[in-house]
Amino acid sequence: MSKFVIAVLVENKFGVLARVSGLFSARGFNIDSLAVGETEDPEVSRITVVVDADEKILEQVKKQLNKLIDVIKVEDLTAGEYVDRELILIKVKAESLKTREKIVKIVDSTKAEIVNSGKKTLTIEEARDEHAVRALIELLRPYGIVEIVRTGKIAIKAD
Amino acid sequence: MGKISGAEIFVKSLKAEGVEHIFGYPGGVIIPIGDQMYDDDEITFHLTRHEQGAVHAADGYARATGKVGVCLATSGPGATNLVTGIATAHMDSIPIVAITGQVKSSLIGNDAFQEADMSGITRPITKHNYLVKDVKDLAKTIKEAFHIARTGRPGPVLIDLPVDVQMDKAEFKYPKTVNLKGYKPTYKGHSGQIKKIIKAIKKSKRPVIYAGGGIIMSEAAKELTSFARKTNIPVTTTLMGLGGFPEDDSLSLGMLGMHGTAYANHAVQSADLIIAIGSRFDDRVTGRLDTFAKDAIIAHIDIDPSSVSKNVQVDVPVIGDAKNVLKEMNKLVEKKGFEAWHKQIKKWKKEVPLIYKDDNKLRPQYIVEQIQKTTKNEDVIIATEVGQNQMWAAQHYTYTKPRTWISSGGLGTMGYGFPAAIGAQVGKPGAIVFDIAGDGSIQMNIQELATAVTEKLPIKIVILNNGYLGMVRQWQELFYDKRYAWTVLDRKGATMCPDFVKLAESYGAKGLRITKKEDVAKAIKTAVKTKGPVIMDFVVEKEENVFPMVPAGESINNMLHGLA
Repeated sequence: MSKFVIAVLVENKFGVLARVSGLFSARGFNIDSLAVGETEDPEVSRITVVVDADEKILEQVKKQLNKLIDVIKVEDLTAGEYVDRELILIKVKAESLKTREKIVKIVDSTKAEIVNSGKKTLTIEEARDEHAVRALIELLRPYGIVEIVRTGKIAIKAD
Repeated sequence: MGKISGAEIFVKSLKAEGVEHIFGYPGGVIIPIGDQMYDDDEITFHLTRHEQGAVHAADGYARATGKVGVCLATSGPGATNLVTGIATAHMDSIPIVAITGQVKSSLIGNDAFQEADMSGITRPITKHNYLVKDVKDLAKTIKEAFHIARTGRPGPVLIDLPVDVQMDKAEFKYPKTVNLKGYKPTYKGHSGQIKKIIKAIKKSKRPVIYAGGGIIMSEAAKELTSFARKTNIPVTTTLMGLGGFPEDDSLSLGMLGMHGTAYANHAVQSADLIIAIGSRFDDRVTGRLDTFAKDAIIAHIDIDPSSVSKNVQVDVPVIGDAKNVLKEMNKLVEKKGFEAWHKQIKKWKKEVPLIYKDDNKLRPQYIVEQIQKTTKNEDVIIATEVGQNQMWAAQHYTYTKPRTWISSGGLGTMGYGFPAAIGAQVGKPGAIVFDIAGDGSIQMNIQELATAVTEKLPIKIVILNNGYLGMVRQWQELFYDKRYAWTVLDRKGATMCPDFVKLAESYGAKGLRITKKEDVAKAIKTAVKTKGPVIMDFVVEKEENVFPMVPAGESINNMLHGLA
C-alpha cells in the first residue's frame, strides 16, 4: 500500500461525488483526504483524492473512474512532479503571556499566520505543502493542540 | 408550442426512442404515466405479477432482440424489487432503461410513504442513473439514458421520476444529439495494435480464440465466424458468448471454464496465443489465475478499457468494438494450417469428449438434447434459470446463432429464466421459447405464469425436477461429504411440493409430467404444438451431476469427470 494523489475532473452536478467516493469505498479503500472545487470552467469540478491503496487495485479504480459518465478526466499526480497545498487551521492553548510569546515566535519563523487570538487560545493558519504543515503541527503540539481543521490536499501538475 | 405534462413528455420521448414494449407494475406515484398511456396503443404495456419479473423480462427482450429493454415500477418497494434484475443486467452488459416513480420532490429525504433512494441504491449496479428534478430536463434525460444504455459497453440505466415532475408542464422538444463530455466510447481499434495481433498469429503455433458476450452485443457473430475460418483458429466461447460462433463448426471447442468442455480447457491451457474478444477473464473462466494459459501471449479486444488486464495481464490490448475490429482484422489475415495443433485438439475431442451416462434412466442432459432434436429447423430461443439446469442447457444444446441463448451469466440470478423468456417471446413472437429450469429456481418467479397465460405467450417451461437445489448439492456431494444442508426440497416426505402439473392448470396453462425417457420427445412435441404456455415437469435422476467440473480455485485443466 502506498499513497496516491488522484485528480478527477467531473461534471459539476449533484451525485457525482458519491459516485466517485463509492468506487473507493466499495473496495475498502479509506480516503485520506478529499477536496472539491469548481475549475476555470464552471460546469466542471475538480476532485482531489488522497488515498492509501494497493497499486494494482488502484489501477482498476482509475479505469472505473474513467468509466463513470460524469467523469471527464482522471489524473494520477503521483506518477509525476506536482505542487500541492493544504490549508490547515490549528487552535492551540495559549493562556500565559510567556506561552503566547513563544508561539508567536514559532509562527514568525515560518510562513504561517495567526488568524485569531482568543483569551486562552491562538489559531494559526498554514497553507503550504504536506511537509510544512506536518512540521508546524509538531512544533505546536507541546503547547496543547485544541483542534485541527484541514481542507484536504489540492494539487496541480508541475510544468 | 404549448406546454405538455411530464407524463406526456415521457411517452413521446419513449416513442422517439422506438420503444414498443414496456414491462412493469403500477403503483401510487406512476399513475400519471399509466393514465397517459391508457389510450395509447403504440406502446404495449405488459403487466407482470412482480417487479422482478418486469425487469428480467426487459432484460430478456433486450437479449433476444438487441434493442433496449424498458421496465417500469413505482417508488419504494416496487423500485427496490427491480434491484436484482438491474444488477443482473449490469453484470452481463445488457441495455435496459428502468424507470421508477419517486415521491413528490418536496418529500424526498423525508421518509415519505413508499420512499427509497433509488439513485443511491442502484449507483453501483447501473451504468448510470438519474433523478429528474425538473420537468424541463426530462426529455434530455431520456435521450441520454437510452444513448448510454445502448452504446459502448451496454448496461442498465435507471431514471427516478418524482410524481410532481410527471404532472408539471414544459415545452417538448426531443433532442437530436447527446453531448456527454465524459462519455465517448472508442469503437475503432488502434491499427497498430491490430497489426500486432496479426503478427502474433503469424508467429503462433497453438492459437485459440476465446470469445465472450461482447460478440453478441456488437452483432459480430458473422465477423467472428469468418475470422476463425479465414485464420483456421479454433474458437471457445464463454457462457455469455454461446451462439456467437456456430458450435457445429469443426473449429468450435464449445464452452470453456468451470463447466466447459475438457478439450476447450486443455486447448486454452496449452495455447501459445489467446485472442480474447469481448470477454472479461471471469473467475469461472480462468480458474486459478496464476496457472491460466501461462505460456500464451494474450491479445484482448474489448470496448471497455477497465476489462483489460483486470485479472490477467494482457500483452496486446485493442480497445474497440468487436465487430469493427474483427472487420479490420479480416482484411489482414492469412490462412494458416496449424496442422499439429488441430491434430492435438482432435485427439482431445476423442479422448475427453463431452458425454453423460446415456442409459435407460431419465437424465437431464438427454432432455436438453431432445429439445434440440424435436425442434430442428425451427427458430428456438433457450432461456435458463441458474444452477445445474443452466449448465446442462449450455453443454448439451448446440448453439449456432446469436441471441438464441438467454441466461444470467455474471450474477447467476435464480428466477431469471422464466421472466426473461417472457421478454424474449414478446420480442420474438415467432420463436419457440423454452425456459430450462430446476424445481428450485422456477419457484422464484413462478407468479409470472399468470403474465404468460393472460398475454398468451406460449413459453415452454422445462423443469428438470430432482427435488434438490442441485448445483449446491453437487458441491456438497463432492466437497462437503454429502452433507446436504438446506438443499433438499422434497424433504420430510413432501414430494411434488408443489405439484407443477396442477400448478400449471391452476393458472390456466398446460401441465405435463414425464417420468420415462421414452416419453420425452413426445412430451416436447405436444408442448410445442400447444398454443399457450406449458410446464413440462421432468422427474429426473436425482443425483445427476454436471461434468466436467473444475473445482473452485483449481487450474482449468484440472477437471473432475463423471465418466472416465
